[in-house]
Amino acid sequence: MRAVADLDLCQAHQMCQTEAPDVFGFDEATDQVVVLIDQPAESQRDEVLAAVRYCPAMALSVEED
Amino acid sequence: MTITEVSRLNPDDPHGHLQELRTDPIGLLHRVREECGDIGSFRLADRDVVLVSGAEANEQFFRAPDSTLDQAAAYPFMTPIFGKGVVFDATPEERQQMLKNQALRGDMMRGHATTIENEIRRMVGSWGEEGEIDLLDWFAELTIYTTSACLVGTPFREELDASFAQHYHDLERGTDALAYVDPYADIESFRRRDSAREKLVELVQAIIDRRKIRGTVPRDERDLLDVLISIDLSADYITGIFISMMFAGHHTSSGTAAWALIELLRHPEVLEDVVTELDDLYSDGSEVSFQALRSIPRLESALKETLRLHPPLIILLRLVQEEVELAGHTIAAGTMVAASPRVSNRIAEDFPEPGLFDPGRYVDPRQEDLQNRWTWIPFGAGRHRCVGNAFAMMQLKAIFSVILRDYEFELAQPSESYRDDCSKMVIQLEQPCRVKYRRRSR
Repeated sequence: MRAVADLDLCQAHQMCQTEAPDVFGFDEATDQVVVLIDQPAESQRDEVLAAVRYCPAMALSVEED
Repeated sequence: MTITEVSRLNPDDPHGHLQELRTDPIGLLHRVREECGDIGSFRLADRDVVLVSGAEANEQFFRAPDSTLDQAAAYPFMTPIFGKGVVFDATPEERQQMLKNQALRGDMMRGHATTIENEIRRMVGSWGEEGEIDLLDWFAELTIYTTSACLVGTPFREELDASFAQHYHDLERGTDALAYVDPYADIESFRRRDSAREKLVELVQAIIDRRKIRGTVPRDERDLLDVLISIDLSADYITGIFISMMFAGHHTSSGTAAWALIELLRHPEVLEDVVTELDDLYSDGSEVSFQALRSIPRLESALKETLRLHPPLIILLRLVQEEVELAGHTIAAGTMVAASPRVSNRIAEDFPEPGLFDPGRYVDPRQEDLQNRWTWIPFGAGRHRCVGNAFAMMQLKAIFSVILRDYEFELAQPSESYRDDCSKMVIQLEQPCRVKYRRRSR
């Protein structure tokens, strides 16, 4: 599983900071999401999928290996 | 290869497809895709409007930078509503960003959820054991209170009553597409629009006068209105700012709430599922303001399906600033381009049986919203995807958490008689649109 952020779409809502704070960080300087863990563990799947589902900008996605 | 123009139903219309856009815009937009495919055009007064649909063309449309596709110039019917003399220093994109940073930040949502719950409880507070409401009037009034309280501030909201909602409604009704020919044409809806705006300025002026007599209050009791008064802006200008801040969140949320209730009543099995979900969720005595910010899967799916079938905005427009490539065609500067949530949300390849209300679409593994990011577009898409969408979903979850647990509803008219009035660019339910309520025995 790969966590992907589309920086063209990120609107800096920071919802992913609540849903999956270990996987997605936030860069104050660029006002954009940062993927902290490119390949999250299987145990993190639920939180990553919640971040994808509740991102108000639909900027996050998951690519299966 | 040139872009095909859709057939004309009124060949005598000097403004091309304008008359159709004013009477049956949904028919026109669907016909463009049927006749022309992913890219086609219609004629709107002195401009061609190029309408794209389908994932590939939509993605190009929504990813285009502001310098290429401009929003502001594409909506001339908004100028008299915000106020002709009211000039904003910021572009619509910057205003949207400011609104997000100031009022729609994630950390402010908890407070908004509490405010919204209170407003809903006040509105149902005047209900008896049973009765009847008009969906348009009721939700339009509720969402005036919620948007003004959350975006301007609760002290300002406390100064408002149903008359503000009534005038605001007349503004929304003043969005006739005839504005593409002349936004100040001498027609009834534009006269009402202008007189409604004057009434709103009078109401705001009276509030300002009372605040000036009252004098200054401690910082933590001030709202946005106090700030704007302190920098000496006129009532006309302040009213314009408030109208523009509230516009995107008002008729959209109001209409979606009304349609969600109608669709739930049309589909009793879905309604029963949602009511059971809510009863279970709140059985531990938790607060609406807490749960509305969390996952309520079955209700969320029903809301998403309502938004797919009844997107509040059926067409999203941009004016081409510099030549742009869409669906293999080069579009010249000065052309209008458009995407249609109404058309894209019902593309059968992406949404099987597109006319069917089926909240199951959003359940794993189907997830038809996430699978179709460029065609499931009730909130638009791309860099200008509605910044208020998380706020809107929270508000809808709060509304249904309150009303579906305390009341049961019944359609008061034949099911097929609920329909939208599409004669204005701001689409609203056609009246009458009444439902009956009765307090639940629990």
